Amino acid sequence: MNIMSWLWDIQGGATLGVIWAIMALGLYLTYRVLNYADLTVDGSLTLGGAVSAVCVAAGVSPILAILIATISGMAAGSVTGFLHTKFKIPDLLAGILTQFALYSINLRIMGKANFGLLNEVTLFSQIKALGIPSKWAGLLVGVVFAVVLIIAVYCFFGTEIGCALRATGNNPHMVRAMGANTKVYIVLGLIVGNGLVAMSGALLAQYQGYADINMGVGTIVIGLAAIMIGEVLFSKKTYFHRLAGVVIGSVVYRIIIAFVLRISLTADTVIKITADDMKLITAIIVVIALIAPGLKDSAVAKLSGKEGD
Amino acid sequence: MLDIKHVYKTFNKGTPVQKEALIDLNLHLDEGDFVTIIGGNGAGKSTMLNAVAGVFELDKGHITIDGNDVTKDPEYKRAKYIGRVFQDPLRGTAGDMWIEENLAFALRRGKNRSFKWGISNKEREQFVELLKTLDLGLEDRLDSKVGLLSGGQRQALTLLMATIKKPQLLLLDEHTAALDPKTAKTVLEMTNKVVTENHLTTLMVTHNMNDAIKYGNRLIMMDHGHVILDISGEEKKNLKVSDLLAKFEEVSGKEFSNDRMMLAK
Ligand SMILES: Nc1ncnc2c1ncn2[C@@H]1O[C@H](COP(=O)(O)OP(=O)(O)O)[C@@H](O)[C@H]1O
Ligand SMILES: [Mg+2]
Repeated sequence: MNIMSWLWDIQGGATLGVIWAIMALGLYLTYRVLNYADLTVDGSLTLGGAVSAVCVAAGVSPILAILIATISGMAAGSVTGFLHTKFKIPDLLAGILTQFALYSINLRIMGKANFGLLNEVTLFSQIKALGIPSKWAGLLVGVVFAVVLIIAVYCFFGTEIGCALRATGNNPHMVRAMGANTKVYIVLGLIVGNGLVAMSGALLAQYQGYADINMGVGTIVIGLAAIMIGEVLFSKKTYFHRLAGVVIGSVVYRIIIAFVLRISLTADTVIKITADDMKLITAIIVVIALIAPGLKDSAVAKLSGKEGD
Repeated sequence: MLDIKHVYKTFNKGTPVQKEALIDLNLHLDEGDFVTIIGGNGAGKSTMLNAVAGVFELDKGHITIDGNDVTKDPEYKRAKYIGRVFQDPLRGTAGDMWIEENLAFALRRGKNRSFKWGISNKEREQFVELLKTLDLGLEDRLDSKVGLLSGGQRQALTLLMATIKKPQLLLLDEHTAALDPKTAKTVLEMTNKVVTENHLTTLMVTHNMNDAIKYGNRLIMMDHGHVILDISGEEKKNLKVSDLLAKFEEVSGKEFSNDRMMLAK
């Protein structure tokens, strides 16, 4: 076994991990903080990728392309928010409807199912041009984005508005009783959350050199895996720890995936695990994480029940 | 201060479980009135408080607070006039947030919230002073999660939150019912102190007739979605539980039945 290839797996996993972590931060905002299961994200990640790719191909500067993509994701989030708050469509359905509509919109934006960025100037090619080795350019960009966003989201949580957003997810009755309109904060959370998801898609498209109509499939599950791995590894102390936990969870998730593929590649198994099996494996990780606290509780209950006998 | 005029509210209209919860409800409160409210289960006490707070739209009628017609205002808009404490200790606070965050949130009741960061030291000092008055040791725990507090501590904190920015109207809905008798008594004494010291116009629902007689300057009894008895002044001071029961039977023509109502001393 070649130790170097394992190290490169870690490095490659970390790069994808930090880029996808930006999506996980967005999902953390809606799913954990706002307590809103937002399925828009599968569509808004692709939307971010599509807008970013098309802009770059049209000669827009890569960083501006990422900004435009982020704004498009915010618009998608606001649609879900309005469907839910204005027209009282249940949260899951509101997200699914937007996601479904985005499929068509994303195809319209790209004009085809796969939009390549061969030889275009991307943020990553710009960094490489500064003399950074290409293997490290992706990691550098991803880490800078992730760190800046952790700090930005943390600061946002500390503001009066951020506080109201957190309280809305925690106890909407109290928020209304204290004179704040919960609907405003739900829409705001969905806007910011989907903005982050689209930003992640925008970076991803530039990193891998193409946007694909299916690049967002399973985003919500991948995000949940990152959030839950982060929560297992980090106890929920301060929000700073929790946000950093999300990013680290995303990195760890990617490294796990890379290792599974590597083992399957080198080991002599009958069934070869391929990248296509990762959705199944990810779903299993999330299911385990979802039922694990319950398992622990029921085990404790059983134990203490026996003690009582 | 508060005017409830010809208010009607029916839940689940047109269904088999239709319920007329408020029927031609009328009530006028003068500034500084501390009104205790009693009545059997389902009499409409909570519904009246929720109608005032704007939790739902009225079928008919008008509600005016301090001269402002708030009938059409949603809950969050009316909150600038109203402080509330609920029966469920979990309802009035954000359990995942710190004590100081909850208080800071309450201090901004009815104000526009901005991107201003954090809690000022002056505010923190104010919180410590206020928490000291509760005498529960919470002044040393500003950065404790509210979810870690006991029910009584949470209700005391909610009371602080409801009054930290002086409300024109304070609504208390059986806010001690979920607490053990000793804690309930403490929180009730605290309530009385806050209300009388600040001359707060207050509606307090209680299931304890003795408390209803002991506290406040006015007592009303509700039945079938409206007020059937309204006693104040000297008459209220000299009231006894047996008088109340007799009055109830006289007005409603039936016996007062409520297993949760505490009749004994
Ligand atoms: N949101 C609601 N939906 C349906 N029925 C309700 C609702 N709120 C209250 N009711 C009904 O209205 C009646 C009055 O309830 P409530 O005001 O809670 O009584 P109480 O005097 O015990 O506080 C009850 O019959 C109750 O079941
Ligand atoms: Mg009630």
